Amino acid sequence: MTAVEEAPVSAAGNPIGFGSMKRKEDQRFVRGQGNYVDDVNLPGMLHGAILRSPHAHAKILSIDTSRAEAHPGVVAVITGKILEGIPRPELLGDNFAWMPTLSYDTQAVLATDKVRFQGQEVAFVIATDRYTAKDALELIDVDYEPLPAVMDAKKAMDSGAPVIRDDKGQTDNSITDVMGNKFWESGNAIGTQEAIEKAKADPNCVVVTQDIMYPRVHPAPMETCGSVAYLDPVSGQLTLWTTSQAPHAHRTVYAMVAGLPEHKIRIISPDVGGGFGNKVGVYPGYVLSVVGSIVTGKPVKWMEDRSENLMSTSFARDYHMAGTIAATKDGQILAVDVDVLADHGAFNGVAQPTKFPAGFFHIFTGSYDYPHAHCKVTPVYTNKAPGGVAYACSFRITEAAYFIERLVDCLAAELGMDPAELRLKNLIKPEQFPYETPTGWVYDSGQYEKTMRLAMEMVGYDELRKEQAEKRARGEYMGIGISFFTEGVGAGPRKDMDILGLGMADGIELRVHPTGKAQLRLSVQTQGQGHETTYAQIVAHELGIPPEDIEVIHGDTDNTPFGLGTYGSRSTPVSGAAAAVVSRKVRDKARLIAAAALECSPDDLEWSLGKWSVKGDPDRAKTIQEIALLSHGSLELPEGVEGHLDATAVYNPPNLTYPYGCYICVVDVDPGTGQVKIRRFVAVDDCGTRINPMIVEGQVHGGLADGVGMALMELIAFDEDGNCLGGSFMDYLLPTAMECPDWELGETVTPSPHHPIGAKGVGESATVGSPAAVVNAVIDAISPFGVRHADMPLTPANVWRAIQGNPVRVDMAVE
Amino acid sequence: MQTPAPVDYARATSVDHALQLLDQHGEDARVIAGGHSLIPMMRLRIASPTTLIDLNDLDELKGIRVEGNEIVIGAMARHAEVLDSPILAEHYPVFREAEKLIADPVVRNRGTVGGSMCQADPSEDLSAVGSALRGTVVIRSKSGSRTVPIREFHFGPYMTQVADGEILTEVRFPIRPGAGSAYEKVERRVGDWPVASAGVFVVVKDGVVSDCGIGLTAVGAEHFSAPEAEEFLIGKAPTEDNLAEAAKIAADSCNPISDQRGPADYKKHLAQELTLRALRRASAASQGA
Ligand SMILES: Cc1cc2nc3c(=O)[nH]c(=O)nc-3n(C[C@H](O)[C@H](O)[C@H](O)COP(=O)(O)OP(=O)(O)OC[C@H]3O[C@@H](n4cnc5c(N)ncnc54)[C@H](O)[C@@H]3O)c2cc1C
Repeated sequence: MTAVEEAPVSAAGNPIGFGSMKRKEDQRFVRGQGNYVDDVNLPGMLHGAILRSPHAHAKILSIDTSRAEAHPGVVAVITGKILEGIPRPELLGDNFAWMPTLSYDTQAVLATDKVRFQGQEVAFVIATDRYTAKDALELIDVDYEPLPAVMDAKKAMDSGAPVIRDDKGQTDNSITDVMGNKFWESGNAIGTQEAIEKAKADPNCVVVTQDIMYPRVHPAPMETCGSVAYLDPVSGQLTLWTTSQAPHAHRTVYAMVAGLPEHKIRIISPDVGGGFGNKVGVYPGYVLSVVGSIVTGKPVKWMEDRSENLMSTSFARDYHMAGTIAATKDGQILAVDVDVLADHGAFNGVAQPTKFPAGFFHIFTGSYDYPHAHCKVTPVYTNKAPGGVAYACSFRITEAAYFIERLVDCLAAELGMDPAELRLKNLIKPEQFPYETPTGWVYDSGQYEKTMRLAMEMVGYDELRKEQAEKRARGEYMGIGISFFTEGVGAGPRKDMDILGLGMADGIELRVHPTGKAQLRLSVQTQGQGHETTYAQIVAHELGIPPEDIEVIHGDTDNTPFGLGTYGSRSTPVSGAAAAVVSRKVRDKARLIAAAALECSPDDLEWSLGKWSVKGDPDRAKTIQEIALLSHGSLELPEGVEGHLDATAVYNPPNLTYPYGCYICVVDVDPGTGQVKIRRFVAVDDCGTRINPMIVEGQVHGGLADGVGMALMELIAFDEDGNCLGGSFMDYLLPTAMECPDWELGETVTPSPHHPIGAKGVGESATVGSPAAVVNAVIDAISPFGVRHADMPLTPANVWRAIQGNPVRVDMAVE
Repeated sequence: MQTPAPVDYARATSVDHALQLLDQHGEDARVIAGGHSLIPMMRLRIASPTTLIDLNDLDELKGIRVEGNEIVIGAMARHAEVLDSPILAEHYPVFREAEKLIADPVVRNRGTVGGSMCQADPSEDLSAVGSALRGTVVIRSKSGSRTVPIREFHFGPYMTQVADGEILTEVRFPIRPGAGSAYEKVERRVGDWPVASAGVFVVVKDGVVSDCGIGLTAVGAEHFSAPEAEEFLIGKAPTEDNLAEAAKIAADSCNPISDQRGPADYKKHLAQELTLRALRRASAASQGA
């Protein structure tokens, strides 16, 4: 398969197949006609608000709700005590006060014994309007006994550290996964250690170690999380409108959490205003809206505000990574070892496939060919919000890619070698694919050097290095940073990957109506990725039906088949494949019907876009639209062929797909103030086949902005007392257009050999790849001051401190 | 919490009416100008006034004009007007340079000069400009008007001379022929409050600094000013060495605190670096460079 051939154009001017076209969904978004959870208003609906803990760690001595209950307009006040009295089937606890997380841990719905992070849910007020509900929160009196808090992950396992999860009978803050492991390893520990020791003893080799932190950040979607629950007291049917990236997975989780029969649960995820992983998990607020509806018999809406979103919902990263890299003096990488301390917060709520509790961090080996690698990830509890799936991370690949790309730059600095040259020397070669990494992952395809050379050519790498040398001589500091990343996306093969026992294969359903218009029902849920357009284009490509004639239906579990949802860049690799497969089923059936209509053998027919025609006699043909009508009409169908032109499929990916790219960032640093200005950013992505290149570029633009944000400003730090220092947009800085240069995008196209249309998924590539490019550029700029590393975010203060040789510790309050 | 507590609202039709409303609603009433500081505080319930008295209709508090040898900025002049004012651009480019870096266009279209002064945020940019230029503010109550030097206006963070039942009506600045002025700010991101800022004016006459003013914000400078540094510089030639020494004296008088915008040592360094950069440009401008 090669690059996309030009698709014919439909009457509406859209490509019948692949190519750029405007997003179908934007018709409603640009008119302000989107329909989000907060737009759902039902007759008699009540409003909920959550009282949250001001403390990171405290005993709850008593909760007095009487003043709140007496407040006019308040209908009910729910506390953990009340939830304890509501039984539910045994699943990690037997009452509503606790719920299972996606990692088989338990999480408090409302705190009963203790609060374990600032912002934790303590009580739920239900009132006739949302202002009354909020006002009543101030009338609840909670008596807390503050406890010392564990805010520094590095001290979580100290003897004598306060124990956070005494509810589980723990005596320390270690985390044990469902398989009984307290840490997660991959690769070859002994081989890697031996290779490193050997290199240390060899005068022709170097060994470089570096502590690299990927601090806690937040996905901060434009739309915060919320839900409207209505449990019909007569039918027992629960309808839940909710901000979910994974409506089907949520339905099953609610069946487990609430003990409700799954056939009586309908999850509707209407338009979702950004997810980035933030809307994968099930939050106490969602559950409370359900409980609220059970208690009141009315629909209950809960919508969190910005601070609640930042302080209590799924964070991302928080990985302390201690890396070691060994190489020959001429730059051949020999081995990489990494020891990770993973801060999971107060409840282990990461949403990773069960067998991969550290996600896909194991592809930290990067895009390079070397024999030895090993990682060990140790998770701990701290008094911080739980989570850890989120922010466009492809299951921890963001951490992995940042780690290796930073470490390789440290090696280049040690060797005095150009970081581009070092990378080119070690990149996996095209003929080595499929390539098995030292940690056992099989990369599907790649032409790494070609992609890297294109990026270098676009940015004018050699001239930039010349300019840099001239500027340095004048005391000006510019930097050039490279990142070459490989992601593994499209989770995943069901034998390897599940979440809470649910395999990660995706169902799909295609109905072609008598007039040849079609409906495609997806299990995945768009949060802005453009599914309504991309999937229509896949069907168009396979069947020749114009994309404007294909309606993509998603986000309602009663109207779509089961599947695990949209995150980890899995939609195109899994559901995109399903869309091609189901279209091909329809095409195959259409062939039988066309043969019957044309009175020939199916073998005599050949397919060209949109029609089956008789080989050698192209005028004898039936278009897909004609066949659709025939399939619903009076034509006598051959033996074994049923009427209609519908099909279903479930796609189980044989492997992950491995998109990759090379990003180069150019910055200017003012050493007097530490300010960083991004001058240029070249991003060459290879995500295989590009279905809608405009959408791909939009995804890349967004991800690059994310990366700039994380590299330069985004951060959730905590002080020793447990206060969250990133609880509003005044403190949690997101990048604006002003921080973003004109992105310069390029592409190479190396299709995935195992995906039906060769597409690899691109939703997270830029978020994964860009932070390292920015950080490497800044460090390159200030390397004349002897700086080899500084942790993100590289705020002016951090850059200046790094230049002074006194870098700040980013995860704790600035001192 | 990001939802304000219940609050009453009244719209003033004149300054006298506003003063009367303040009187009528008592000490828990607050005037509201642009609302870009007060509303966020109300949402976080740091402030819970019982009544808001809206000044937005008061034309008598709007506009920027020259009166004799003073520039008068009405309390209700918006940041955006300050940014675009030809009068200020002519006499004190420091305003335009500062305003370009205050918040974002949405905030600048609503936020006012009076609100900025009365908010008295220790990181307020206009406080540094006002202090550098040694302006005065006019405060009115039912019993009349009084004028207070900006350098005596702030008691400390969020505390000013404006007492219950009073309204700030205007801010005045002396015109200084031949003055050069400049503003320097470091922010973590466009639209963020300053990590540190310095605003200065310098008048160079016959090769020596005949007058100057240094204002600093977010770095714990008393009254947003650095009088010892000004004293040092006045009467001296604006050489690099003298400007650098003045900047050092200015920084030495600051007591910044560490916060997520940066550690204290960095802010102190910025106080010096930004003062120096601003002094260089302002003295060059005064000398017609
Ligand atoms: C996102 C954002 C970013 C910002 N960034 C910056 C920045 O970088 N630098 C900076 O300096 N500022 C910044 N600000 C603050 C901005 O300048 C505010 O608009 C300003 O501080 C307050 O002006 P206001 O008219 O909105 O006042 P309001 O919010 O209406 O009032 C503030 C206070 O002053 C009182 N008050 C207002 N007018 C009078 C009066 N005439 N007499 C007596 N009391 C009065 C009010 O009662 C209230 O207590 C930012 C604000 C926001 C929202």
